[in-house]
Amino acid sequence: MDVVSQLQRQFVDYTTSLYREGFVDDQYTQLQKLQDESSPDFVVEVVTLFFEDCEKLINNMARALEQQQGVDFKQVDASVHQLKGSSSSIGAMRVKNVCVAFRPCCEAQNREGCLRCLQQVTHEYSVLKNKLQTLFRLEQQIVAAGGSIPVIE
Amino acid sequence: MDKKISTALVVDDNTVNQRIHRKLLDNLGIQSETVANGKEAVDVHISGKNFDLILMDLEMPIMNGIEATRKLREMGIRSMIAGVSTRSLEEEKQEFMKAGLDDFQEKPLTVAKLVSILHKLNRK
Repeated sequence: MDVVSQLQRQFVDYTTSLYREGFVDDQYTQLQKLQDESSPDFVVEVVTLFFEDCEKLINNMARALEQQQGVDFKQVDASVHQLKGSSSSIGAMRVKNVCVAFRPCCEAQNREGCLRCLQQVTHEYSVLKNKLQTLFRLEQQIVAAGGSIPVIE
Repeated sequence: MDKKISTALVVDDNTVNQRIHRKLLDNLGIQSETVANGKEAVDVHISGKNFDLILMDLEMPIMNGIEATRKLREMGIRSMIAGVSTRSLEEEKQEFMKAGLDDFQEKPLTVAKLVSILHKLNRK
């Protein structure tokens, strides 16, 4: 198998595993379908925006939950709502699911519960970031080797 | 489509959603602008701009989608306003519709949902 075919095989297997393991869902496919010649880096652009968004929101939640006297749970909830929205929009299923579990803790003003959810969301974001960066690197390697990115239906 | 839909306003405080919604519109040949909250949506209309379609998020800082929609209708803005939100509480959705929406779609917005909105605009 030549280099391009090997890389393409790796890409297909890796992408399939992301869906199988629930890291991304169909909305990620929708995002890929929006990419075209006029916006060849659309997916990378949107995912990068998402990573920046995540980091900002996770920091906001952490700061709010650090307050020993009077946690502003409305502020935490607002950040969770934002993160749920953007993770849903890019198909980041695991991140979104943690946000869904996070909101009842905010509504119940349960600081310990919120801290556990924050830990989970930080973990899921970190794993997803690694996975998608690996995927983008594979894409770059395929293109650099003269191949095309396989389309996975 | 019978009616030429050429302009849209994306009202959303989330930069990821702004980018995706603009790309969805762009791929359908619709020029768009973005604002980050309901007050900016109102202000852009006060400045004299008008749009065939407004994609309105619900939860935003300063002025939310319900208030902004109500205000725009009070100003006499007759553009198609489609609410787009992740909020799924029926009462909130009803309140949003009552404020003056022509349509409501749950996020995430997809090509199919946007086409459905545009078909409704044509029947308006």
